[in-house]
Amino acid sequence: MDAALNYNYKIVRQFTIATVAWGAIGMLAGVFIAAQLAWPALNFDIAWLSYGRLRPLHTNAVIFAFGINGLFATSYYVVQRTCQVRLFSDTLSAFTFWGWQAVLVLATITLPMGFTRGKEYAELEWPIALLITVVWVIYAIVFFGTLIKRKVKHIYVANWFFGAYIIAVALLHVVNGAAMPVSAWKSYSAYAGVQDAMIQWWYGHNAVGFILTAGYLGMVYYFIPKQAERPVYSYRLSIVHFWALIFTYMWAGPHHLHYTALPDWTQSIGMVFSLILLAPSWGGMINGMMTLSGAWHKLRTDPILKFMIVSLSFYGMATFEGPMMSIKTINALSHYTDWGIAHVHAGALGWVGFITMGSIYYLIPRLSGRKEMWSVRLVDLHFWVATLGIVLYIASMWIAGVMQGLMWRAVNADGTLTYTFVESVKATYPYYVIRFTGGFLYLGGMLLMAYNTFQTMRGTVSRDATIPALSPLPA
Amino acid sequence: MEALFLLIPLSLCIVALALWIFFRADDSGQFDDLDGPGMRLLHDDDSAEERSDQF
Repeated sequence: MDAALNYNYKIVRQFTIATVAWGAIGMLAGVFIAAQLAWPALNFDIAWLSYGRLRPLHTNAVIFAFGINGLFATSYYVVQRTCQVRLFSDTLSAFTFWGWQAVLVLATITLPMGFTRGKEYAELEWPIALLITVVWVIYAIVFFGTLIKRKVKHIYVANWFFGAYIIAVALLHVVNGAAMPVSAWKSYSAYAGVQDAMIQWWYGHNAVGFILTAGYLGMVYYFIPKQAERPVYSYRLSIVHFWALIFTYMWAGPHHLHYTALPDWTQSIGMVFSLILLAPSWGGMINGMMTLSGAWHKLRTDPILKFMIVSLSFYGMATFEGPMMSIKTINALSHYTDWGIAHVHAGALGWVGFITMGSIYYLIPRLSGRKEMWSVRLVDLHFWVATLGIVLYIASMWIAGVMQGLMWRAVNADGTLTYTFVESVKATYPYYVIRFTGGFLYLGGMLLMAYNTFQTMRGTVSRDATIPALSPLPA
Repeated sequence: MEALFLLIPLSLCIVALALWIFFRADDSGQFDDLDGPGMRLLHDDDSAEERSDQF
């Protein structure tokens, strides 16, 4: 049969499997470094296994491997289904898959070896950064090429979010990646000192905004209505949500540099823009939640929907906490403490992790010709184990963070510091153990997902679904 | 703050581009119907087809 009459499910299936596999690897790395913080002997005095090298491996594996593979899978699925056409090119989309896996394998090798640009979330050295650029341009061609040849006139809102994420990442990566190579695995940033810091956090926070927010909102606006079998609460609000985010996001970055050499007015602008962001974020969160109005009972029986809705509640929490932490007086207490770690993981484990898991659970049976996952009870178990893990993780890091902040700023009557730094480290030990336990549970949930995925997909082959005839919609 | 000499013009360009895309999309009627598309999503049946290749 003519391939153009089918959707390309093979590429979605590949990225889906990659998401699950890399998720387990990235979270394992996270649990291992969490254990190292509690029990430093786990370094084993081997440079390759030291915290400083494995920490970027963990962040790269969960964001760029688990997270972005999940976005590849869902964006390729959503753009095809909502435009009712096959992907722009099978060859180019296959290139994005193998190219991206090559980036990830290279990262897994070079980061433990100690090759790094020293920029958070942009550690990969220039040859890998170049490969990322190539893969990303091809991704943009496949995605926008598909949008252009769409058979449905209206562009569904999820595609706006995916499109913005693809364009923004290209721009951020190129600007922050500007560097002068001095050897095959060493380069120097094109910017210096505080200029470099400003560029880095313009990149860093916009990566949060456009990958970890816009990308996953694309999932929210497709997979929650589909799983709940209800249209999004207000489609109008979803469009407003999109444009409000686009016009306000770009300038939150300086809040990562409060009380540094960055000019004060720049810090204040970062704070003000961060506070503004609360409005579109909560508008979107409420819009997603209210999609369930009249269908709340489904939460009782549908664990996939539980993942999605709890994900939105963590999105709401993190997008309230974030603007609050960007206020300079609060930042004076929270910055450099484990409160930041709590905030990031509320977003990462709760929001990004859960919406990805929910969407991937939605996709797996559809890509395997099954009615549902091999075991729905195991999905439910995954949900509860992971939720418990997040609670332990965040609560322990919140307490540890506030405690550290208070200990560091405590002064005696004569003006000397009350505590030495190492005393705050010692006081944090029990919370590091609790955090490790929480992370371990979250990893356990991910392994349940991997097993369930394997059992669901076992013995099935990839077969592309037929593109249905355009259904005329009553106007 | 030389970094801002790059970032601020870049941001203004992005905002200009976003505005251009928004008005273009609006003029072409993308936002004329803000109820139907939400419903239409549910009309697309993407449940898995029965397959013979399983064992």
